[in-house]
Amino acid sequence: MEAAIFLLFAVIALGSALMVVTHKSPVYATMSLVVTLFSLAVMFVLLGAPFIGALQVLVYAGAIVVLFLFVLMLLNISKEEHQQEGQTVHRWVALLGAGAFVGLLVPLLYRATQGRNAGVLTEEFVSIRAFARDLFTRYLLQFEIVGLLLLVAVVAATVVARKPPAAPSGASGTESPVSEVEP
Amino acid sequence: MSLPSSVPVSWFLVLAALLFAIGIAGALTRRNGIGIFLSIELMLNAVNVALVGYSRLLGERTGQIMVLFVMAVAAAEAAVGLGLFIAVYRQRRTIDVNRLNLMRW
Amino acid sequence: MRPLDLLWLVPALPIAGAALNGLICLFWPKAPKATATLIGVGFPGVSMLVALAAIWQYLHGTNPAPFEQTLWSWTAGTFSIPIAFLLDPLSVVMLFIVTFVGFWIHVYSAGYMSHEPGYRRYFAYLNLFMGAMLLLILANNFLVMFVGWEGVGLCSYLLIGFYFDQSFPPQAGRKAFIVNRIGDFAFLVGMFALAAKYGTLTYSKIFPVVVGAPEALKEHYALGLTFAGFVALCFFIGAMGKSAQIPLYVWLPDAMAGPTPVSALIHAATMVTAGVYMVVRSNAIYQLAPEIGTFVAVIGAFTAILAASIGLVQNDIKKVLAYSTVSQLGYMFLAAGLGAYTAAVFHLGTHAFFKALLFLGSGSVIHSMGGEQDMRKMGGLRKYMPITFWTFALGTAAIAGVPGLAGFFSKDEILHNTAATGHWGLFAIGLFTAGLTAFYMVRAVAMTFFGKFRGTHDQEHHLHESPWVMTVPLLVLAAGAVGSGWVGIPELLGGGNTFHHFLSPVIADFSNRLPEHAAEQAEMAASTEWLLLIASVLAGLIGIGYAFKLYGRGEFGGAVWAKRFPAVYRLLDHKYWVDEIYDRLIIRPLGAFSRFLWKGFDDTIVDGSVRALAWATELTAEGGRLSTTGNVRSYALYFFLGVLGLFWWILR
Repeated sequence: MEAAIFLLFAVIALGSALMVVTHKSPVYATMSLVVTLFSLAVMFVLLGAPFIGALQVLVYAGAIVVLFLFVLMLLNISKEEHQQEGQTVHRWVALLGAGAFVGLLVPLLYRATQGRNAGVLTEEFVSIRAFARDLFTRYLLQFEIVGLLLLVAVVAATVVARKPPAAPSGASGTESPVSEVEP
Repeated sequence: MSLPSSVPVSWFLVLAALLFAIGIAGALTRRNGIGIFLSIELMLNAVNVALVGYSRLLGERTGQIMVLFVMAVAAAEAAVGLGLFIAVYRQRRTIDVNRLNLMRW
Repeated sequence: MRPLDLLWLVPALPIAGAALNGLICLFWPKAPKATATLIGVGFPGVSMLVALAAIWQYLHGTNPAPFEQTLWSWTAGTFSIPIAFLLDPLSVVMLFIVTFVGFWIHVYSAGYMSHEPGYRRYFAYLNLFMGAMLLLILANNFLVMFVGWEGVGLCSYLLIGFYFDQSFPPQAGRKAFIVNRIGDFAFLVGMFALAAKYGTLTYSKIFPVVVGAPEALKEHYALGLTFAGFVALCFFIGAMGKSAQIPLYVWLPDAMAGPTPVSALIHAATMVTAGVYMVVRSNAIYQLAPEIGTFVAVIGAFTAILAASIGLVQNDIKKVLAYSTVSQLGYMFLAAGLGAYTAAVFHLGTHAFFKALLFLGSGSVIHSMGGEQDMRKMGGLRKYMPITFWTFALGTAAIAGVPGLAGFFSKDEILHNTAATGHWGLFAIGLFTAGLTAFYMVRAVAMTFFGKFRGTHDQEHHLHESPWVMTVPLLVLAAGAVGSGWVGIPELLGGGNTFHHFLSPVIADFSNRLPEHAAEQAEMAASTEWLLLIASVLAGLIGIGYAFKLYGRGEFGGAVWAKRFPAVYRLLDHKYWVDEIYDRLIIRPLGAFSRFLWKGFDDTIVDGSVRALAWATELTAEGGRLSTTGNVRSYALYFFLGVLGLFWWILR
């Protein structure tokens, strides 16, 4: 049963991932990414991390990808232009590299996990309460640092994307969406 | 409550490796800046799967907490990166990285 | 304050004058010309007055010991060089000649150069030259002497190349400088040897030690020579350069490219005598190296006759005088080499007067001729410039050895000493050279002043006696040419040979330590001396008479000889092809070798290696540049491939 679910969503995840990297329309690509993210949320649940799965749906699919879509709409980017001359070598090298990466990684993973089985999932491992306790005790400092990082990112994004005060060029961009959250 | 565990963790890891490779290929071949970003998100997610997989394999929750941090960083990165794209687009009217060649000699 | 205490002012004043004129040149280019004259002539003038006062006080002082004045000491470790001045009989003689003759030449220059551009520059150089020469003769050690030595070399270069906008003078200046450097190098080596042995270069510390222990200098040192021989040879090679002896005399005739007063001052009266002065100053060493002394005498004799024979056929009035100078310097070295140091200095002194006079006279002629130096275009100038003629004639008589004039006494002294030491071959050369000297000088006088004028009509119209600033120095020097010999009238003629006795304290006395030296001073019979005297007078008179016979009526009687011995004439006319031989033997091989070092070594290997490095760098950079496409995706790809490589390396 689980194997069937895994295989189904693995195929969906890989297929939509391929769509993400190949589809000419950025909007379609982004939507495919949403599909991938949903499939991976299922994977997290299968791995006994339902809270991570929920975060995946809420934060990733719900917030980050929506941000992407906002920007895409804002900039009104259409399909990619046709590949230029001389880019084929680059493509093939990149694909070959990716293949080599898989070729290196898969045997490694196989060897690393060979003969090792995951233990039985316990209530304690799955529980959000335990997760929260770990997060706010052992990893409190890291958590705070990440909070600070997010704050900095918000400020930075605001500064970077803000329309220059007296831009002389006619390249008057649209208002940045992040400027709405300017403190 | 007893949860299923009949799927070997290595499957998840292989899935993560494949996703990562797809992400790399995308990041290297896409010319649209947003496309590259999407590919990087793919790679991050592949890593997340691997982290949760190992967390499951080792019975250790640290992997999951790591995933939480990765998500936070990804959010921050998306915010700053997209801001940058907006700024670049204002200047150059494009986010095709082939045309953003100011670093040329 | 005693005048002797002001001795340091003597070299300092001309140097200050040079500096002052140089600074005015730089910062006040529109300064009135009178300031240049005032500084350029005034400073050497005051210097002369101080020198004369100091000499007067020295001669009348109760203490006949040499006077030394130390300004300060330059010390390096245990080696110390005092910047100090010395006044002893030898430097008194030199000081008198340099300041007195030098001053009058400065006065003369004010007239001669008055129409020249670069008037102030000229005086700056001339003053600097005088300062350097005074430093040379007043130094109390070899190093300070060397400073002056180099200073006069530098000024010589500057003044010979004074007309730097023409092509020949700068070349001549370079030639003088380079030829002098060859000698300077040997002089330096000699100084090093002395410093290494005695740890000092001060005369008063070296010479007493030499006299006290002459055996130490007779030991074998280097090149198969004794120490004394080695140092003497090095010093003599230095003197060869400065005093224009074979084989380094070639620069002096070319040095005539400079203004004529320069020729008078530098190339007749003072600078070229530096070598003689130096040899006489080091006489203690030369006395211990008789083999080098003989060598010096032979070189001197051959220089004398070689230069005199070239002088026979020169048509350029200054060239005649130049070769005459070389020839007379040869006489001085003939004397110095044979141990007759006082005779050498005596001739140096008289020669300074009459040769300066002759040069200034020729300058007066050239001035009047509008720059013409070729005697074939002169003639009959006697009528137009009587003062120049009479003074020039007096100078000629003096150099030709007419009895009673300066050159007669000094030259006779040299010939006498040559015969007295038994060098009859050298004596014959000297005698013959005396005849030649008389001949070519009278030939010059006859071609210039007798007969009819052979120049252009314009030149004839322009002929005039020179202004008083030029004639007064001529008269003063003419007086010197007549009278300067009287200080050294030999005992044979009823004189006291005052000069010889005055200088004798400077000559190291080895008679106590080395008895064989005393034996050399054999007395001659009075009759023999009279015979020698008459022979030398006769040689001069024959030369004078024959020159008058050939050239006296303004005809080129010498052409008869040129037709009869065309080969000899060509040989002399081309100055024995010495310049050509040097060119083939030294300059061209050196040039070829230098070119090889330049093209073959420096360009190919030294520059080549640097260029190769640059080329490799550029190539690498070119290659690297191609990778810098500015395409971010390419960078990402390289980055990824690098990661992949690392990954593989870790996992393998």
